Amino acid sequence: MIVFEKPKALTDAPLHYCPGCTHGIIHRLVAEAIDSLDIAGKTIGVASVGCSVFAYNYFNVDMVQAAHGRAPAVATGVKRADPSKIVFTYQGDGDLASIGTAETVHAAARGENITVIFVNNAIYGMTGGQMAPTSLPGQVTQTSPYGRDVNTVGYPVRICELLATLDGTGYVERVAVNNVKNVRNAKKAIEKAFRRQTEGKGFSLIEVLSTCPTNWGKTPEGATEWLEQNMIPYYPLGVYKDKYAEEAAK
Amino acid sequence: MAKVTFEKDLCKGCGLCIAACPKGILSLSKDEINQKGHHPAQIDDQSKCIACAFCATMCPDCVITVEK
Amino acid sequence: MADKILMKGNEALAEAAIMAGCRHYFGYPITPQTEVAAYMAKRMPKIGGCFLQAESEIAAINMCIGAAAAGKRAMTSSSSPGISLKSEGISYMAGCDLPALIVNVQRGGPGLGGIQPSQSDYFQATRGGGHGDYHLLVLAPSSVQEMADLVSKGFDLAEKYRMPCMLLADGTMGQMMEPVELREREEAPADKPWALTGTENKRKPNIINSLALEPQELEKWNEERFKRYDIVRENEQMSQSYRMEDAEICVVAFGIAARVSQNAVDMARAKGIKAGMIRPITLWPFPEKALKAAAGQCKAFVSVELNMGQMIEDVKLSIECSRPVSLCCRTGGMIPSPDEVLAAVERAAEGGK
Repeated sequence: MIVFEKPKALTDAPLHYCPGCTHGIIHRLVAEAIDSLDIAGKTIGVASVGCSVFAYNYFNVDMVQAAHGRAPAVATGVKRADPSKIVFTYQGDGDLASIGTAETVHAAARGENITVIFVNNAIYGMTGGQMAPTSLPGQVTQTSPYGRDVNTVGYPVRICELLATLDGTGYVERVAVNNVKNVRNAKKAIEKAFRRQTEGKGFSLIEVLSTCPTNWGKTPEGATEWLEQNMIPYYPLGVYKDKYAEEAAK
Repeated sequence: MAKVTFEKDLCKGCGLCIAACPKGILSLSKDEINQKGHHPAQIDDQSKCIACAFCATMCPDCVITVEK
Repeated sequence: MADKILMKGNEALAEAAIMAGCRHYFGYPITPQTEVAAYMAKRMPKIGGCFLQAESEIAAINMCIGAAAAGKRAMTSSSSPGISLKSEGISYMAGCDLPALIVNVQRGGPGLGGIQPSQSDYFQATRGGGHGDYHLLVLAPSSVQEMADLVSKGFDLAEKYRMPCMLLADGTMGQMMEPVELREREEAPADKPWALTGTENKRKPNIINSLALEPQELEKWNEERFKRYDIVRENEQMSQSYRMEDAEICVVAFGIAARVSQNAVDMARAKGIKAGMIRPITLWPFPEKALKAAAGQCKAFVSVELNMGQMIEDVKLSIECSRPVSLCCRTGGMIPSPDEVLAAVERAAEGGK
């Protein structure tokens, strides 16, 4: 009996990510959710700009590649064109929390019935390790070589907390993929976000804390430890908003 | 009988599976080099495997299939 | 035959879009095109269509990309500063070979400029506007009737050639009222096997994308696109000639400038000057065949524009500088008077500039 195999919603294309980069795990979790809900045939994905720019090569579903930060707007157009389709975006922190903040906030405020997978690894990976909107205070990057100085460049953006304040947001949860337990929780959250969309329950966003061993200058295992020790304290895991669960409880 | 197989040529030798294995029975091959130029992960003692799939859960490249 | 009704240009084009099968409109308010959005907001919910006021022009054009990628007739409209914001998305649209209609009801620029009519986005529209090697189909109406007719034509051409189409109007066209006859769409909807409609587990995934990191591949894509542009250049040039049969002075003008110039041509004729006019309806492809033919009979050309002289370059290129071309222009929201155009025609007739 097969206990674990590659999900069908992933193509056979080898992932281009660096060794130990957890983008691959998150891709797999998205694909597992698509398989488990049996929605591949009606799912349309929106790839963004950043390390995950090639996402359209990896998911076995119709895909469109959006300009930097614009994925939620493109997804809005796709969803409004045919609300029976399941539409998701896959975006990194630079794409979603910096250049695409307006598109993110307003898609959430509209309660757009889409699923956003937000990969937060606190750095710009594709361009070679610059400071991201989510880089931690003091974090050394190519463009914060003396460490992120919050007095001059400001503070990191906490997207889940921010979106949770909007009435339009349906479901927002922060998860991590640095160990088996967290990956399993992340899987549940991502599947729930897609299920919510199939039920017409509005905007959901799953923020996934992810590693970037290459640009963090760590080993893959060291990166998972760094995430545990540095990112999770600043970006606490958990459900930040679950409108329907809250309403059901009332 | 628990069985773990690796699609070796896709492995990038990151070692996340090794760190996740509760039985400590995975390692990177010392002498083998795959198509990508990495030392791929391998199982040293299949008989001790409990098919927990922790390794596959942490593998970013879907290299691992677990059977029981 | 439908009855003629009195409509504002912006509203006529909005209703024409609906009659052409457009059910997805994404916009953002900006003067002088806001009536388009307001009209769509009123009409779309009643016919099962989608009107969405986006958070920005950038978002609106990207929503268009999404709906167009899903195979729908998508449309957005704006005015000059908003078109600058949309330019990123228009480049992506061209790179993805997506058909959609973008309306620019031009106002004066640069910067925030003014809100009065202008044609100063001619370069932006006809040269692409955003980054990269590409063109848009650019249609220039000069009456409320054409504001309506060119919408349907624009969608059809965009889908036929898989490229975005811009309707380049100006504040006057958008705001003025004229009798208009709205016609039902004639062409059948185009087949779109490339559209993202979900695989239904029956076909391989469709991918819509403008990224090619291999230079050989990107070059191939661009060359393929330009082969299509060559076909468009060959087959789709549109212009209207006015009193050109024996004309010696050829006025070239589009949009509101053509309305003024037509009067000036009549005034020149009354004074015994053999003047005529070529009015480009497609600005890209520019009607170079008509201009080239005119160069055979005319001794001088006058380009009349609401900008500091942009189309004049295409006039010169079309006739390969074989005749003198002079410029008659006003800018900043000003419109040349028929007398000003007449004076330019008279100067050209006298051999001066």
